[in-house]
Amino acid sequence: MKKENTVTVFLMGKAYRVPAGLTIMKAMEYAGYRLVRGVGCRGGYCGACATVYRLPGDYRLYADLACQTTVQDGMYIAQLPFTPATRAPYRLEELAPQGETLLALYPELARCVACNTCTKACPQKLEVMDAVQQALRGDIAQVAELTFDCVSCGLCTMRCPAEIMHYHVWQLARRLHGAYQAPRSGHLADRVGQIRQGAFHGELDRLMAMGKDELAQAYKARDIEP
Amino acid sequence: MKRVAYFPGCALKDQARGYEAGAKKALEVLGYELVELSRWNCCGTVYALAQDDLVRHLGPVRNLVRTQEMGLDQLVTLCAMCYGTLRRSQRFVEEDEERLSRIRAFMDEEQEYAGGVKVLHLLNLLRDEIGFEPLESKVTRPLEGLKVGAYYGCMLLRPRDVGVDDPDRPEVMERVLGALGATPVLFPERTECCGAYLTVARPDVVQARSERILASAKSSGADVVVTSCPLCQFNLENRRPAWAAGLPVVYLGEVLAWALVQGATVPEEIQARIGKPAEVKA
Repeated sequence: MKKENTVTVFLMGKAYRVPAGLTIMKAMEYAGYRLVRGVGCRGGYCGACATVYRLPGDYRLYADLACQTTVQDGMYIAQLPFTPATRAPYRLEELAPQGETLLALYPELARCVACNTCTKACPQKLEVMDAVQQALRGDIAQVAELTFDCVSCGLCTMRCPAEIMHYHVWQLARRLHGAYQAPRSGHLADRVGQIRQGAFHGELDRLMAMGKDELAQAYKARDIEP
Repeated sequence: MKRVAYFPGCALKDQARGYEAGAKKALEVLGYELVELSRWNCCGTVYALAQDDLVRHLGPVRNLVRTQEMGLDQLVTLCAMCYGTLRRSQRFVEEDEERLSRIRAFMDEEQEYAGGVKVLHLLNLLRDEIGFEPLESKVTRPLEGLKVGAYYGCMLLRPRDVGVDDPDRPEVMERVLGALGATPVLFPERTECCGAYLTVARPDVVQARSERILASAKSSGADVVVTSCPLCQFNLENRRPAWAAGLPVVYLGEVLAWALVQGATVPEEIQARIGKPAEVKA
């Protein structure tokens, strides 16, 4: 490969020359890493490949998803495949959709000093600190709205000086919003009713009765959404 | 209609909703539109005294940046606590170039704060921007016969250099009430502390404070006590002794709305004293 089509990146401190245009994840695999943790959907949805990096001549610590970020020359890269964060035990049906619920289960929310470091760390470009503030104000619906695209990568949680465990709080807020505040969807109830009444039992029985080859044929011939 | 940036603070969106509703409508009558910051965070609640504890000023200053982003240079608050915190923080970071430059360096994701956003409490706006005479001229329902005890508490007046008035002999709230046609009642405990956050750890202390404050207002003849602090309002309403039940503690914004806003909802016990809308001058 021509030298001009490559860039040098530093993976855990060691230099590798990799093709330009690769994602960080592909560059790691090109360099010989076999990813077992820190990899998932490869499409920017699962949040497993949280990664931090620095660029030459820039003091900022950048945070992104390895599967969504293209390598740049001189990038110093480290993966953070997992962020320790304890989920509070609760039973959703025993909770009320109000701010006190979030604060009672995650009291460290009140340590926020509005430094905004969480927002700077978010690869999804969410207004993370605004969501903390809405949680403190008790607006569950706003928290759910602001964090709808959270992929639980944990980068905000790793960077927070107040040690807030954001993604567990967001999950709780979205659950409370979904269970108690969001409008009910009629078609979901209809479909659950159909399932309970056995509307799909025939189809399942037909699949269960198939041999392996027949099942493989049916799989190949299945309808696939465009 | 003059637009001013408005910082609500958490209590105004929860327990003190009536204060916000009343103040907004009353200020509309007076020609002011309170434009809420589209994004805001907690005022900081308790002012950081340590000289090097700059991180606690990030929250307050960020709200000043939001004001600057709107192209406005005045930020109005209704809550006494938010006022005290934002004003003190603004002065603290702006009086020292090094502090300001460190704050700017940390908040490199924001528009650079140029300094100079003026933090105002509703009372500053009424006295210094609108004026008592224009205020009086907009009254549609004078609160005649209503004896109102203005309760300042601490944050509005102290420390002296950011207080809205003389901490020992304040008069701004009485002047406002007078302009609305009410009879202001002075009472000895009007500038004493309600006990503030001790309401959580030591409700007994706050109960004793509330009892003294309300007894003082009542014996001076007040029909109603008015405050601009959601924490004072909570403490006086919720930690009060049973005998003080007939002395409502209301927000300044509500009192303004009774006098200025056509069709404002007036509680029955207040209406009984100031007369029905039909008896009111046009």
